[in-house]
Amino acid sequence: MAGNNVVLRVEGISKVYDREVLHIEKLSFEKGKIYGLIGPSGAGKSTLLRLINFLEPPTAGRIFFKGRELDVRGRVDLKTQRGMTMVFQKPVLFKTSVRENVAYGLRARGLPKEEINKRVAVLLEKVGLESFAGRRADSLSGGEAQRIALARAIAFDPGVLLLDEPTANLDPHNIEMFENLILNLNKEKGITVIMVTHNIFQARRIAHEVLFFYEGHIIEKGPAQKIFSSPEDPRTRAFVEGRMVY
Amino acid sequence: MSRLLEGIIEAFTLIIQFDPYLWQIIILSLQVSGGAVALSTLTGVPLGAFLGLKPAGRTRFISKVLYTFMGLPPVVAGLVIYLLISRSGPFGVLGLLFSPAAMVIAQFTLATPIIAGLTMVGIRSRGKEVQETARTLGANRLLTAWTVIRESRFAIFGAIVTGFGRVIAEVGAVMIVGGNIEGHTRVMTSAIVLETSKGHFELAIGLGLTLLVISFLINSLLYYLQGGGENSGWK
Ligand SMILES: Nc1ncnc2c1ncn2[C@@H]1O[C@H](COP(=O)(O)OP(=O)(O)O)[C@@H](O)[C@H]1O
Ligand SMILES: [Mg+2]
Repeated sequence: MAGNNVVLRVEGISKVYDREVLHIEKLSFEKGKIYGLIGPSGAGKSTLLRLINFLEPPTAGRIFFKGRELDVRGRVDLKTQRGMTMVFQKPVLFKTSVRENVAYGLRARGLPKEEINKRVAVLLEKVGLESFAGRRADSLSGGEAQRIALARAIAFDPGVLLLDEPTANLDPHNIEMFENLILNLNKEKGITVIMVTHNIFQARRIAHEVLFFYEGHIIEKGPAQKIFSSPEDPRTRAFVEGRMVY
Repeated sequence: MSRLLEGIIEAFTLIIQFDPYLWQIIILSLQVSGGAVALSTLTGVPLGAFLGLKPAGRTRFISKVLYTFMGLPPVVAGLVIYLLISRSGPFGVLGLLFSPAAMVIAQFTLATPIIAGLTMVGIRSRGKEVQETARTLGANRLLTAWTVIRESRFAIFGAIVTGFGRVIAEVGAVMIVGGNIEGHTRVMTSAIVLETSKGHFELAIGLGLTLLVISFLINSLLYYLQGGGENSGWK
């Protein structure tokens, strides 16, 4: 694997709650790619994202971000934390205006006011909600809220965007819109996208690489095309053909 | 005319004429309870927020303790504080007994568990996800904490108002540790007890009415806060 293209690498990582729910020996993510994480529910996909984004410390293992090893058990390094972000299945918007929500990460980074206003305007237009700036965020529909959550997340140009089933609760129109936003972001800014999805067709539509999770392990990983047309592992095959009950 | 009606009329006269004895008592009450609640807010809100962000399973014991203290009878709080600050008690040298400071301490003891407990409950519903969202957006610890508190602001204001409502109306603790000394530690509730026993109903009724008005204001505020500030003009 092209060594200097790797933005994120995990080694011997494990998470144990009452039992081990995730165990990955070696895994790396390259800059500018879109990864689709698929697999049955409970397979450990969300756990991996949470470990990567420091929402949870791993029980064992190491994480490297841009070549630097992270102190996963110590205090979270703010600079690294700020290099990535996550959008959850259920958008958690703050009880302020739409504008304030999108500006949150920029304010946290102490950007000047004019710069913030400029960026927020561009972002709102990008997600097609420029007329919503002054609205209460809790008055948005599910699809609108998720688009605002995405605008808020990409406002500060994170190098890595983690998405945990972001379109699971959206209607087809909003799903399409969301996917197009992701594809454009990836193309324009070279942002690395790691997306958990329950929807195999979605992975097929937008992912370059697909990782199949099963009972805490990555069973198979490869170009999307290959995973869907000629999976090697019978469990992967069963899953992508919709024969796996989950 | 009935004694009650007569009392009410005289009470209004006292209030409107700014009777110094009556007003001095009202102001002291507000100062003592306001001061106690301010201190309780400074300790109870951070404590409640901290507990509210922990998984419920891990705070079960401390939650039970907190709930028990939320219902602490004021006379019991008064008794304990009395024993601690009376001349022979461990803090006797401070000479706090029968002072407004003693009443603040007693009411602080009553209000803090209420404010902490209700803040904990308010934050538990959404605090974790707000905390995680703030962190993924690059907020530092201080901003994250502030965001969590801000997002639960209505519940927290509600907790503070409830705490104030409880202490302004209690009589047991202030009587015991304050001593109901005229011009020094006499507050509305202890004055009502005294004036009633002396047959000075107009004063007792005047203070009672004032308490009722305060209670009405508090409950209106609570009603509004529990609706999440429905028509508030936040941006
Ligand atoms: N905080 C937790 N405590 C205990 N078990 C957990 C916790 N979080 C996740 N798990 C368990 O870890 C396993 C993997 O969960 P998750 O990563 O959310 O799966 P996925 O996202 O693939 O559906 C599941 O069995 C889940 O029940
Ligand atoms: Mg999941």
